[in-house]
Amino acid sequence: MSDMPSELTVSLWRGAEQGRYETYRVPRRDSQTVLDVVTFVQRHLDPTLSYRFACRVGVCGSCAMTVNGRPRWTCRTHVSKVAKGGRLEIGPLENLPVIKDLATDMREFFEKWQQAKGVFAPSKTRHDAIEQIRPDSAERLAADAAIECINCGVCYAACDTVRWNSDYLGPAALNRAWTLVNDERDGANVARLEAVAASGGCHACHSHQACQEHCPQALNPTASIAGLKRRTMAAYLRGEIKA
Amino acid sequence: MTARRLNHRRSVLWIAALVHRLSGLALAVFLPLHFLALGLAIRGEASLETFLRWSDQPLVKVAEGGLVFLLTVHMLGGLRVLVIENLDWRDGQKQLATLAAGVSAVIAFIFLARVL
Amino acid sequence: MNVRLYVWQRLTAALMLPLVLLHIAVIFYASRKGMTAADILARTRGSIVWASFYGVFVVAVAIHAAIGVRNVLAEWSPLADRGAGIFAIAFGIALLILGLRAVAAVTL
Repeated sequence: MSDMPSELTVSLWRGAEQGRYETYRVPRRDSQTVLDVVTFVQRHLDPTLSYRFACRVGVCGSCAMTVNGRPRWTCRTHVSKVAKGGRLEIGPLENLPVIKDLATDMREFFEKWQQAKGVFAPSKTRHDAIEQIRPDSAERLAADAAIECINCGVCYAACDTVRWNSDYLGPAALNRAWTLVNDERDGANVARLEAVAASGGCHACHSHQACQEHCPQALNPTASIAGLKRRTMAAYLRGEIKA
Repeated sequence: MTARRLNHRRSVLWIAALVHRLSGLALAVFLPLHFLALGLAIRGEASLETFLRWSDQPLVKVAEGGLVFLLTVHMLGGLRVLVIENLDWRDGQKQLATLAAGVSAVIAFIFLARVL
Repeated sequence: MNVRLYVWQRLTAALMLPLVLLHIAVIFYASRKGMTAADILARTRGSIVWASFYGVFVVAVAIHAAIGVRNVLAEWSPLADRGAGIFAIAFGIALLILGLRAVAAVTL
């Protein structure tokens, strides 16, 4: 049931920050994903193509690229869903430096994760009793709703505020900070709230919601960031954190 | 050339944010002029009266209608942001944003109907 | 934007919600055809109520608009945070002066 030609016309970004799109012809196959297409090009047409993938099944987050203008997991994007008239344009994720072709330098993404204190800070030792966490407490529900992030970078690539503000920590880092703010076991929340209350933190978010729209895990960083705004405002007004 | 191209920006919520930002900028540019016009009253009501009669022209009235739209849409857009940030998450953001624009247009039209 | 600027901007925004609604009502009333400067000033001159209402409005909008402009400049112009901040403060002060002058002009 395909109005699709038997061959795809695929434009791939070649180069680094400067470069050009090059066109390849790739045979159309049933249940083909965009990752299959990129892999075909590298294996059969041009071995010099650079791209990143790992699991191929949507659990690792490595294969995210810009497909026809939108950031997506290529292993989970069926060609039949996106290739209008058999055409595909594939580029590296936006908002990140390009190393080569379809592979970006993710370091700033992870550095901002650290800056947002998106790291669990233990408050007990093995000699203390295990903390009893109710799975249906409001805080645990809030953390669970945001916890499934696999740092694929799609939200970061989709976010205009990331593009406009190089200090902005970004939706993924802030979303993770929110899960930890809601983790009763964590011991570093004053430092974390100060980190996300600083310039470039949660208050830089304009609620465009591109992150939420594009997240392949259906997470909602906009809501997490709104939660951080409430927490930091309350902490600031109570004098618990400094601006 | 560079690789950068994104086409998701045409989402309703992005447009809403852009309208909010542009209306704010326009109001920020307008405000000093507004204050200067009102300040004409310092020299006595004749100066202000001259200005008010100048502003009776239809084109100026249309511009004023535009300003009413900008003020209303900026306020309603801001209200939507305050709701997102301070109340529990709700879906239906796109409908709220469209409603805000619609209500603002209606209020601006009512203003124009009264003054033109 | 950090938490301090955010709080000032959102609080002035919330404060201005009822002020803007009232202002729109005033606009509708004052734009009735035939209202002259004399008509308007007769209502505003010597009025503590109008002076307070618009005085508060001017202070709130000067803060709110300055922070808003600062954010837009920091994101959309080549100015970095510091330059945007300086411009914004100057703009806010200008609005405050011109605005309070306008309030004085119609109420004193």
